Amino acid sequence: MRGYLARKTVIYGLTFVVAVTLNWLIPRLMPGDPVQRMVARAAVQHPETIAAMTAYYEQTFGLDLPLWQQYLNYWAALFRGDLGTSVWLFPAPVAQVVLDAVPYTLGIMIPAILLSFVVGNSVGAMAARSRWLDNVALPVGYLVTAMPYMWLAILLAWGLGVALGWFPVAGGYDFGMVPQWSWAFAGDLLQHWVLPFLSLFLVSLGGWAIGMRNLIIYELESDYANYLSALGAPKRLVRQYAFRNAMLPQITGLALQLGTILGGALVTEIVFAYPGLGKLVLSAIQNQDFFLLQGTLLFVVIGVLLANFVIDIVYVLVDPRTRTGLTGGTS
Amino acid sequence: MSLSVTDLRVHYRTLRGDVKALDGVTFEVADGEIMGIAGESGCGKTTLGKALIRLDTRMKHAGGTVALDGEKLPIADDGAMRRHRYREVSLIPQYAMSAMNPTRKIGRMIRDLLAAHNVRYADVLPELERRLKLVGLDIDVLKRYPIELSGGMKQRVVLVLSTLLNPSLLIGDEVTSALDVSSQKAVARALVEFRDHGFVRSMIVITHDISVLFQVADTILVMYAGHLAEKAPARTIIDEPLHPYTKMLIGALPKVGDRYEEQQLEGIEGRPPSLLDPPAGCRFRARCPLAHDRCAEAPPFREVAEGHQVACWAVS
Ligand SMILES: Nc1ncnc2c1ncn2[C@@H]1O[C@H](COP(=O)(O)OP(=O)(O)OP(=O)(O)O)[C@@H](O)[C@H]1O
Ligand code: SF4
Ligand SMILES: [Mg+2]
Repeated sequence: MRGYLARKTVIYGLTFVVAVTLNWLIPRLMPGDPVQRMVARAAVQHPETIAAMTAYYEQTFGLDLPLWQQYLNYWAALFRGDLGTSVWLFPAPVAQVVLDAVPYTLGIMIPAILLSFVVGNSVGAMAARSRWLDNVALPVGYLVTAMPYMWLAILLAWGLGVALGWFPVAGGYDFGMVPQWSWAFAGDLLQHWVLPFLSLFLVSLGGWAIGMRNLIIYELESDYANYLSALGAPKRLVRQYAFRNAMLPQITGLALQLGTILGGALVTEIVFAYPGLGKLVLSAIQNQDFFLLQGTLLFVVIGVLLANFVIDIVYVLVDPRTRTGLTGGTS
Repeated sequence: MSLSVTDLRVHYRTLRGDVKALDGVTFEVADGEIMGIAGESGCGKTTLGKALIRLDTRMKHAGGTVALDGEKLPIADDGAMRRHRYREVSLIPQYAMSAMNPTRKIGRMIRDLLAAHNVRYADVLPELERRLKLVGLDIDVLKRYPIELSGGMKQRVVLVLSTLLNPSLLIGDEVTSALDVSSQKAVARALVEFRDHGFVRSMIVITHDISVLFQVADTILVMYAGHLAEKAPARTIIDEPLHPYTKMLIGALPKVGDRYEEQQLEGIEGRPPSLLDPPAGCRFRARCPLAHDRCAEAPPFREVAEGHQVACWAVS
């Protein structure tokens, strides 16, 4: 177990380094010169002023140094928690801008992931033994899963937002409100949260339910289930075993899905103009703010790596087969 | 009288109609008897074994009765049959290698199973440990996962587990087929020992390996295409078989230890008839060198000597 953990830590560490390097590189390959944009925004004509401003900004952003030094500085700054300064929201520090957006993204993602996983697996397990539910849940599940992701979000926005008017369709809170600790604001926040959450939740739900249903049916046909039944074990015990074993591939599935779900969350935010990381990525690209883009992507990468690491460990704890693989089984 | 099967018929429902895998079989297994079942692949051995303990969803009870220790078994009623499983009829399945839940420790699985039968694990633990030792297993296998055991070890754990509540009848399907020769011998020996200790009253042992039958079985039942061909003490079947099919089956085995599924049955040309729509009369007729007019009528399975039954018109 310890060796396994060490190995995993090294692998994740290396992935992190590669991710940070790519992250540093990508914005530098983006078209457009951010400094020129900022200078242009100031709308000054005098060439000397322009030169002075350019020099000032380049120094502020550290762009006047050779590339390798920029790279090393990037790492050094990273460890101080300094992700640079935003061009778009100059002079707000990127770390602050990103940290402000993170709660919104996590706020829709974590409940959507956990709830869809729990509800989807429960519905799937029930569908595996109820023909009635199977006939309803399966087609609905396929429909929701097969629907292009944007459609679902747009459909929800139109149906529950525009047509029925139950929920607001844009923003994290009402534009007329100031963020503060009050019931009114919390209620407003919740109202804006519903649609992005719901679309993300629904998209993952069908997949989990269908997967669980098929896995359970497969497990119930397996040899150990037949043997237990032949020895007079009640259906309850057999189902309990089947459910437990079917959960294992689902947990792996969760790990594999995390990236996709995150992608989904980013798209959702854009559809609903929800002020999370997804919207930040879009704004950063639109405003050619590559420090902001860099910082946001870095958070995304760290989030995915951390989540995968946790799932890796959970998986080893629940499946003895991986565990014996680690210690070398005895025979 | 331990087991008594009368005119048992079990069919498989398929899209093309019913496969009559067991088409009227009648036999008895005495107290303490180990009966082996032999016959070509597809003749209905597994079907017979399953019919006695648990029909799967594709199987249909089409007639006949099964009585164990004088009590009729409700084989077509899955719910009612539950009460008899494990305590009275038990099974070592053909797939013993994968018969245990891979994600449960063996001891835990046994505990769960016993709890379902209202037996306390702690009460049987000493006996369980004794029997594990008897088959040469260390008691710490209970703390292990099935995947951590070798095939032979798993086979022996399943033997101990299946017989833990001292059933009247144990059905062992291909118990030794997946094992190497030395494990085969150990398991075969354990089967006889379990009978001798009274852990199991009677047994039905199904195997492709006639040498194993010769080692463990008191009597051998030969099946052909869903019918019975011959039943006699093991020695008699080997030394003086009467049914033409048995003769060819034995004759086609030059050496003990050969498995008849692996070689063409040289003496027996052709293939068994389809069980979807089997011909009337003796089912072996198309391949039988002694076939004659009378064989258009099905021969009765009748006693020709003490403990020796044959279904053939050519045997008087
Ligand atoms: N699920 C099924 N559906 C339809 N037919 C089946 C099914 N299972 C078995 N059969 C048929 O029933 C007959 C008897 O099968 P069974 O499994 O009892 O044979 P067996 O004697 O155990 O063979 P083997 O020695 O290969 O294990 C075969 O002809 C087979 O084709
Ligand atoms: S009854 Fe006829 S066909 Fe059948 S085995 Fe005897 S002799 Fe052959
Ligand atoms: Mg078989």
